[in-house]
Order: sequence, then C-alpha cells, then structure tokens
Amino acid sequence: MKTWFKSGKPWIWLTAGSVSISLIAVIGLILMIGWRGLSFFWPAAIHEMSIEQADGSTRSLIGEIYDSESVPTLRVSNAGTIMDGYEEEEVTRYLMKIGNREYVPLDFAWVLGPAIRSDETPSGLAVIERTKDGNFYGYPIALEQQGEPVVTDGDLRTELFKRVERAVELNERAMALQENEIGAINYQLNQLNLERRSMELDGNVTQEALDDFERRREALQSEYLEYEKELFALREEAGRDSVIMRDMRGEEIKVPMYQVLDVNFPNDMGFFAKLGHFFQQIGKFVSEPPREANTEGGVFPAIFGTVFMVLLMSIIVTPFGVIAAVYLHEYAGKNAVTKLIRIAVINLAGVPSIVYGVFGLGFFVYMVGGSLDQVFYPEALPSPTFGTPGVLWSAVTLAILTLPVVIVSTEEGLSRIPSNLREGSLSLGATKWETIWRIVIPMASPAIMTGLILAVARAAGEVAPLMLVGVVKSAPMLPMDGNFPYFHLDRKFMHLGFHIYDVGFQSPNVEAARPLVYATSFLLITVIVGLNLTAIGVRNHLREKYRSLEQ
Amino acid sequence: MASLSAQQLAANRGRLFKDRAARYGVTLGGIMVLVALLLIFFYLLYVVQPIFRSVDLTEEQSFSLPNSAGVKAVGMEEQAEIGYRLMSSGELQFFALHDKPAVERKAGDIISGDQVADAAKITSFASSLPVSKQYAYGLNDGSAVVLQPKFGVTFAENSETGLTERTITPRIETLNNGDPLVVDEQGQPLEQLAYDTDGEAMLFAAVQGGNNLLITKYTAEENFMTGEVTLKPIFSRISLNGNIDDLIVTPDLRQVMARRGNRVHVFDVGTGGDVTERELMVIDSREQGNATGMYLLAGASSVLLTHDSGLISQWFQVSTDQGRKYQYIRSFDAGSPVENIEVEYYRRTFYTVSENGDLGIFHTTSEADLYRGKPLEAKLQNVMVDPRANYLIMQSGDRFSVFDVDNEHPEVTWSAMWQEVWYEGYPEPDYTWQSTSGSDDFESKFSLVPIAFGTIKAAAYAMLFAIPIGLAAAVYTAYFMSPSVRKYVKPTVEIMEALPTVILGFLAGLWLAPVIERYLPGVIAILLLVPAAIILTAFLWSKLPSKIRNTVNDGRAALLLIPIVLLVGWFSFGLSPWVEETLFDGNVRGYLTNELGISFDQRNSLVVGIAMGFAVIPTIFSIAEDAVFSVPKHLSNGSLALGATPWQTLTKVVLLTASPGIFSAVMMGLGRAVGETMIVLMATGNTPIMDWNIFEGMRTLSANIAVEMPESEVGSSHYRILFLAAFVLFIFTFFFNTIAEFVRQRLRDKYSSM
Repeated sequence: MKTWFKSGKPWIWLTAGSVSISLIAVIGLILMIGWRGLSFFWPAAIHEMSIEQADGSTRSLIGEIYDSESVPTLRVSNAGTIMDGYEEEEVTRYLMKIGNREYVPLDFAWVLGPAIRSDETPSGLAVIERTKDGNFYGYPIALEQQGEPVVTDGDLRTELFKRVERAVELNERAMALQENEIGAINYQLNQLNLERRSMELDGNVTQEALDDFERRREALQSEYLEYEKELFALREEAGRDSVIMRDMRGEEIKVPMYQVLDVNFPNDMGFFAKLGHFFQQIGKFVSEPPREANTEGGVFPAIFGTVFMVLLMSIIVTPFGVIAAVYLHEYAGKNAVTKLIRIAVINLAGVPSIVYGVFGLGFFVYMVGGSLDQVFYPEALPSPTFGTPGVLWSAVTLAILTLPVVIVSTEEGLSRIPSNLREGSLSLGATKWETIWRIVIPMASPAIMTGLILAVARAAGEVAPLMLVGVVKSAPMLPMDGNFPYFHLDRKFMHLGFHIYDVGFQSPNVEAARPLVYATSFLLITVIVGLNLTAIGVRNHLREKYRSLEQ
Repeated sequence: MASLSAQQLAANRGRLFKDRAARYGVTLGGIMVLVALLLIFFYLLYVVQPIFRSVDLTEEQSFSLPNSAGVKAVGMEEQAEIGYRLMSSGELQFFALHDKPAVERKAGDIISGDQVADAAKITSFASSLPVSKQYAYGLNDGSAVVLQPKFGVTFAENSETGLTERTITPRIETLNNGDPLVVDEQGQPLEQLAYDTDGEAMLFAAVQGGNNLLITKYTAEENFMTGEVTLKPIFSRISLNGNIDDLIVTPDLRQVMARRGNRVHVFDVGTGGDVTERELMVIDSREQGNATGMYLLAGASSVLLTHDSGLISQWFQVSTDQGRKYQYIRSFDAGSPVENIEVEYYRRTFYTVSENGDLGIFHTTSEADLYRGKPLEAKLQNVMVDPRANYLIMQSGDRFSVFDVDNEHPEVTWSAMWQEVWYEGYPEPDYTWQSTSGSDDFESKFSLVPIAFGTIKAAAYAMLFAIPIGLAAAVYTAYFMSPSVRKYVKPTVEIMEALPTVILGFLAGLWLAPVIERYLPGVIAILLLVPAAIILTAFLWSKLPSKIRNTVNDGRAALLLIPIVLLVGWFSFGLSPWVEETLFDGNVRGYLTNELGISFDQRNSLVVGIAMGFAVIPTIFSIAEDAVFSVPKHLSNGSLALGATPWQTLTKVVLLTASPGIFSAVMMGLGRAVGETMIVLMATGNTPIMDWNIFEGMRTLSANIAVEMPESEVGSSHYRILFLAAFVLFIFTFFFNTIAEFVRQRLRDKYSSM
C-alpha cells in the first residue's frame, strides 16, 4: 500500500479524474441543454387528474406534467400538509402546467403524489395555443359562428381544424398588411416630416414646398385609411368563429377563434404524428416572432438580429485582421514596435468584454454617433439617430473584440505556408506585394476563414458588451426591411444571447418561459459548437495539406 | 526595342509603386491594432480624468453696486442671469449679472426693486436654506416679514432672427400678503432671528434679551367652508442661562439649535409646535478652538461649526445607545478663522470666507479640500453660489464679481473611493456602494471597495475550483494520456471555452443554484467522495490481475473514471435527503442560519465558483497543456532512463520546466475570471457586501457596470466612476495578460534553445 502510494499512481489517477470531471461537465452540459431544449417541442400528454384536497373533497386538474421532484416527507409535513398514513421517507411532487391563465389564480400547480386519486390521459383533450394568456387545456364541445351554434355533421374536430386554419390565415394576412403596407406608409410619413424639418433648418421654406408636402402627406394619409379599412375587415372576418371549451372546472368557456394559433390533441397522436408536430414546432420556433413579453412564441427576430450583426461585424473585422496578420508575419521586423503590437494583440484578446461595451458606448455611441447626428441628421434632433445604441455600433464594438481571433488564426495560417513558395515567387521576379496577394493570401484563405468562423462564434455568444451598445429585449422593427435604404444600421436589435438573459431573468413568468430559454440556449449552442467544430475541421485539414506541401 | 523596355520600365515603376504603397498600407494596418488598444486606454482615461480635476475659477464679470455695505443677503436665479440683494434697509433689488445686448442691459444694472419692510422697524434678518430660498426680516414689534424672490421664465420667438429667446422676469412674493407674522406675542423686538419652511408650515426662532429663546411655529389651516387658508401660530418661550450667539432652524422644522459659546442646545419641535430640549452638544475648544459660528449643510443633516483656530467642524446625528446624538465627525482647515460659510443648494459642498480674505471650497463627505486662495485683489467679504453651482458671486465692498466655477465632481476623490467614509446618518465610517435612491436629499456613495472585493471574491472562488481541475487535467492530458484519446479530449475541453457565458450563467442561476440549495449535503459529499472514490478505484485497479489491467493502460484511466465519477455523483445526490433528514432535521439551510449563524443566499459564491470555474478551466487547461506538452521529450526520457517513476519525472522534471507556462496559464485564467460579466450577473444576487462567506453573493466590477451603466446620466459622477471601474478592469487584465505573455515568450525561447 505504502509503496503503491510512493509510486505516485494515486496522483496520476487523480489527475485523470479531473479530466473525467471536465469531460462530464462539457458533455453533460451540452446533453442537458439539448434534452431540455428539444423536449420542449415534443407534444406532452395531457393528464386529467383527480386530486384529493385537505378537506377530503376532490377536484380535477387538466394539464401537462412539467416537472417532478422528490422531497423529504418531513419537510412537506413541516410545511403544514397533513401526511397521515404515508410511510415513505420521500414524497414525489409534480409541477403541473394547467394553463388557462385568465381563469385560474396560477397557471402552474404543485401536486403531491399521494394526493392523486386517479390519473389518466383521456382522448379528446385539446391544447389550444393562443395569442394571449398562454395555452388553454380542455375539451372542445361546440363551435359557434357569429354567436350561432354551428351544426357539424358528426365530426367536430375536422370542422374545428378547418376553421382554425381559416382564422390563422386571415390573421396572417392582417399581420402582413400591418407590417408591410402600413409599416411602409408610417415610415414614409416619418421621412416626410424629417425632410420638412431639414428644409426648415436650412431656412429655405417656400410656400410651394409646403403645399407639396401637404399634398404628399394627404396622399399617404388616404392610402393609409384604405389599408386600415382592409385591416379591420380582415380582423372582423377572423373574429367570426369561436369554439366552446369545457375546462377542468367543468365550466364552458368560449374561446374566440382569432386568438387561436393552433389546436392539438396530443393524447390522440401516434408516434409519427408527434414527430411531425415536433418538427413543426421547431420550425415555428425559429421562424416566428415572440409573443407575450417574450415568454411564448419563437425567436426569429433574435436569430435575424444576431446573424445581421455578426455579418456586419465580419465585414468590418476581416480586412483589418488580415492586414494586421500580414504585417506581423510578412513585414514586421524584429523590433520594439512589433513586440508592442504583439502585446496589444494579446491584450485585446484578454480585456474583459464589458470593457469593450463601456468603450463602445462612450466612444462610438456618444462621441462618434453624437457627432454624426450633428452633421448628418440635424433634422431628427433632439432624438438621436446614430447617437444611440444600435446595430452598427454593436458590430463595430464586437469587431474590435474579435480582431485578435482573426489575427492569431490568420498568422498561424501564414506561418504554415512553406517559405520556398514565397522564395519561388520572388525569384521569378514578383514583388513582395504580388507574392503576398497572388500566392500567400490565397493559400492562407482557409486559415482566414477559420479565424472568421471563430470570430463569428465568439461574437454570437457575447452578451455583456451588447447590453450597452445596442441590444434590446424587444425590437419593433428588424434592421432590414423593404423601406429605402433597406439596411437600417441605426436600429436596435434582438440577440439570442441577450434573449436568454432577458427571458430567463427578467421575464414576468420565469416558470412558463424556462423551456423557451432552454430551447434558445440549445439553438445558440448548436450554432456556436457547430461553428467551432467547422473551424477545427478546416484547420486540421489545412495542417495536413501544408504538411504534404512541405515534403 | 527601346520603346518596349521603356514600357516595361513604366510597368515596373507601377509595380514598384504598388509594392511600396502596399508596404505602407499594411504597416499602417498593423499599427492600427496598437492604436486600437491605446485608443481604449486613453478614451477611458479621458472620461475618467475630470473627476480628479481640481476646482477652476474664472472671472466673468465685475461691476459695482452702490450702498453695498448694508447688504444682508445676495442670491441669483438658476440661469445666473439675474441676481438680487437684500439690504439692511428692507429693500430687495434685482440686478443683471451678465450683459444682455438684446435688451440693452449691462451687468450691474438694477432691473427692479421694492421696499419690503420698514427700515426703521428692522431689528434682525434670517434666511432659510438655499433650497427654499426665503428670507425674513425681524421687526421691533415682535413680528417678521417673510418674502421670496421669484423668477418667471417665458420663451418667445424673435421676429427678426427667428430664434427663440428666453426672458426672465423677477418679482417678489411676500407671505401672508406682506403682513408681518407675529413671532412674539408680547410684541418685543426680535434681536436675532432664524427661519425655515417646508412649504406648508413655517418655523421661527428668535432671541430676545440675549438669553430668551422664542420658538414659533405656523401651520396653514384650510377652512372647510370657504377653502380659505389661514396661518395658525403656536408660541413657546425658553430661557437659557447665557447669551445666545447663533440660532438655526432645520428645514424639516423638527429642530432648533442655539449656540451659546462652545455649547449648542438642540431642541425638538413636535408637529404640534411643542418644544423639548433634546441634547447639549459640547465643543472641545482645546482640540478645535472656540466656536465662532454655526451653519446648516445642504440636506440639513449636518451642522458646520467655525472655530477661531481656522478649523471648520462637521457634526451630524449618529445612532447611539441613547438614541440619535450629534457627534463630531471631521474637520477642515481653512487656514485662518472663517467669517462666513455659504452652502450649496444640493451637494455637500461649502464655501468659506476667511478673515484674511481667502476663499475656501470644501466637500464634506469626500473630505476634499478643493480650493483655497484669493480670487479677488481686494479683501473678499461675501460669497454666494447659484442653484446649479456653476457661478459664484463674490462681494468686496461695493464691488461684485461673477465667477464661473468648474467643480463638477467634488464628491469623488481617490480616498473617498478606496477608504472608509463616514456618511451622514451612518453609525461609523464604512465602505458603501449605493449609487441611486428615490430621495432628493440622497447622497451617492461611491466606494469601489465592496465591488472590488466582490470581484476578487468571485475570482478567488472560481480559481479555487478551476486551478486544481484545470492544471491536473492539463498535466494528465499532456503527459499520461494516450495520443489516440488526447486527439479527442483536447478539442472537447476546448469547446467549453467557446460556450457562451450567458448560457453558463443561466444554468448556474436557474438550474445549479436551486440544485445546490436542495442537495447541499450531496454537493459537499461530492467534493469529498469523488477524490476518495478515484483513489479507491486506482487501488482496486492495481490489485486486479495484470491480464485485465493491461487491456486499459494509464493513458485511458480518464475514460475508465467517467462512470465512476458519475456513479459517485448519483450516489451523493441520492444520499443527500437522507443526510439532511438524519443529521439536520430535514433542513440544512435552517441549520446553517440558526446553529452556525451563516446566512445562505440561493445564488451564492459556491454557485459562481463552480460556474465561473468551468468557464476558466478551458483557458487554464489549454495553455498549461501546451506548456507541459512542449517540454522537450529528451528531458523526461532521460529522467525515466535513470530510474525515476513517471510521477517523479513529472513533478521533478517536467513540471519544473513547464512552470512558467503553468504560471502564465493561471494568470490568463485569473484575467478571465476577473472580467467575466454574465455569469456573476446571473448567478449572484448582485448585492455589494463584503464578506468571504461562501454561501453569500457579491457584486463585481463588471456586473456593476452591466447593471448600472444603462441608467447613469452621461457625464455625471456616476457615469465617470463606472468608466473608472472599466478602467480598473482594463489595467488589471492588462497587467495579468502582459506578465503571462512575457513569461510565455521567455519559455518559448528557452525550449527552442534546448
């Protein structure tokens, strides 16, 4: 035993243990997020339970089992619940999502295992996704059209699906009208006002111009009224039907069809139906905007904002990063300046990201943006155009933050290019720049690509600086739309990482939003891990290629 | 032929030009990186430096006003356009402070004025604190006239220039329609007067016959029938044995203070007007010198006493065993005895006029001696500040000078940020960070110590977790692991570095924190059981027949241990409720708080330590692994050949050689832990407390910036201090990273020579 200890074996195993712990942490974390994120989309069975209450009576609960945990019986009975006749040391508690937010005090309820008298998943239970107040659980019993009952020839469900589809389509049309046509008119009206103000500032207001403005404004106004009429008509159409539901209290509740987004009968679904529903839900998650203070719906604006910002950042960071790397590897001599630049690169990589946020806010937003406003957008003042956090400043700030990533990766690529290639080019009479431009950079392009991918992965996950320079919890407009000049770099945007922080920590209903946070995290992790694996793959491929070149 | 070579030459010239241009362009681009870093450094410094700037005075106007010998008080409105003075003759005059060509007005021109009290009857004068800006003349019939200068501001468009112009019109408002309010029922002259108001009620204190103190409170009463407001007085009279030198009334109308030599009597005034003596402040004249005057500071919590030694002492109420008592807090030295003190409207800054004509500017809380000197050639007699503290009027005889004051951040000094400060109302000096509050009288407390402490605490717990695991994992991966496994393990651990910290923070706050709270005994058990289980496994493994042992060599032990660690973890968690029930009555949290006196927050340092530890592990792992792996093989082979065990070779040869690399790995990890924002933001309660307790949270510099930056007003002290916090982080990480980089460079050179 003693000699065994002396041999150092136990310590070797301990160091091996820390590798195991690290591996468990990484893989466990990814698997957990994946599991929790994806299970959110899988249609859960709806339970109908009968629960025994303290006074001996029973009540029925309809909902999904959301979570369960086992707690010491002692703690439960200490908290005042009578647990007579229950001998086990632990008791299982279920968290039920019972929805129907406007009819019950809380849309989540804890249920103690022993109190459940019966638990079944009956056929015919429906879950309705609504635009307001979350899900509704219950039995559909009848349909109404403009307050009159609809006579269905036996199959209520088919008719229900048909009418839901109609209402959803009408709603979508109304939404599209509001966003595209009416949004465009609002934008134009706004531009018109700015134009007029700018003319006033220049001091050359003529009666003619004023009349022209008035005419254009009226034209837009009348166009707006047309669209508004159309919008109201669509909305009224959508509000034609409603469905009568019986909820867990046994009461009949009328759910207007214009609130309904989807109806499902998960208890009646087979495996493949569930699988189809699963993918459909994922599709909706990535393509739809959030609802109800980000606690329901999808994350499309956040995806769009992240991608847009990251692309903008790539456009800025690539040339600078590549030039700096080329300088360091091809031009820089062994002197103090080079050393200083190398220290600068290392430090740029090491400075905490929040410091970049502070710098971006002070320098880019208030100083540069404020000056731009004074010079180019005096008509909009005092409301700032670029002198406020926005997507452009976020991209610029993150470009500085990711600059070292591109530099380091590109330089590594440059150093792997065999020097005989450069010498060959130079000996054939090419200048140094021609060698770099025609030979070196094309060969190093996969390395540049790797650097860019890593930079994008870093930027996509960074939140702290963005909180200061442009991210918001809910952006009414995307930074890109159909209104000239199409790209609106001054707008604020939504970001997946910030979405996680916001929904997880600042939302009014954290319990309801939690699966959404896991799903968003899973999406973000997939993107980032995917990008990193791609970068690693590209780099390894590159190393192999150059190794063969050198031989 | 000739033309061809000429063409070639021309083409070559173009190529050479391009080559040279590219050289300069690329060099410029390379230097841009350096410029970016310097830009961040200097921009942060540029925003921060105004808080350390001293006070700047520039004279803007100077004019003379006749009959200034009898001036009782001088004041000005917010825009510093119009000033006013109250004369001993009972006249109030408005005069221009700056030239205004539009209305052909010059500085010093009298705009308007009015006689508000009968000159023959005036016996005393009092003014309220600057915030309510009211003045009272005490009369010889025991009554007082209260008045307030008011300024109406109108904006009108100038027909010629098209610009909007501001017009300020002064007027005088007198209380009770100009009728004097009775202070003394017996109608005797008021020799000294003190007055203040809270907007509804008014409190007068007056002295008669040297030692008789009259306290009269007026409350407004509304008649239910007519809605007419009448003022109803309540009179009190107290005799002190000795002449009263100074008298002040607090603006909350709750206290009257009367100074009698080196003693200050403090009286409580009830809401009904009843007066009780509260305490007697005794001034230590040997320490401070004899008291010569008494003033209230803005916010009205502090009393300033001037002494004949040239000192000014600050006193405020502090909770003691006998209730709240006035206590000597600190003193300032004005050089020569102070004749007069002027306090600012909102900040705790005050201005002193000394016997020798010196002007002194001090800030109480930050103990800052901001300015001392003679701004005027003649002897300074009186000084007066405007509501925004941008201008000072200085009086010397008939001469009035308007000075522009640049004193943006008097409350911030290096010592106030890093040393204990005794804030008003606090029982003792303390480190406090409290930047905002609902109340107007609130004084921001900017001590960076608690948040710097929080940063260090968070980083320390994270490193406590990350260093052992990260380094051990790096050593094993680089030195013992078989290459086929290493090929997969290294990128997997490094992927961890790419995980967004917002996700780690979210998991720490919403998943790990509740888990730790529920399974606290289990978590602690894991910390003990996992190493024990690993060693036990190793021992059992060594006892297995060599046939089985040889199938898995040491290089794959890490894989073998994964199920063991998982099993132990599962076992610990399963054990947790049982331990809790049998040892702690089913409530560990209660046990911690009640029996051990350790407070427990759900989001605590343990959570941060684990979560941030995992964020730092890959940084440490990656650099340390590189350092160990690149130790030249002939060194370790030589050691092994001489008969050392692999472990001996590792500790005595490899680790020693790689130690600079390991050091730089730790430094890099520390740099990352110090600056990490999202994890601490989400996994702690963000309370700025100073306590090493692992079950309590903290607030770090970075999280503090993230929380408060969006709400701070641009250019305010708060904004600049947040920039300072960023600057401190920048310097901190710059230091760690540069050291780490230097060490690494040295190591690389060393290896290449071996």
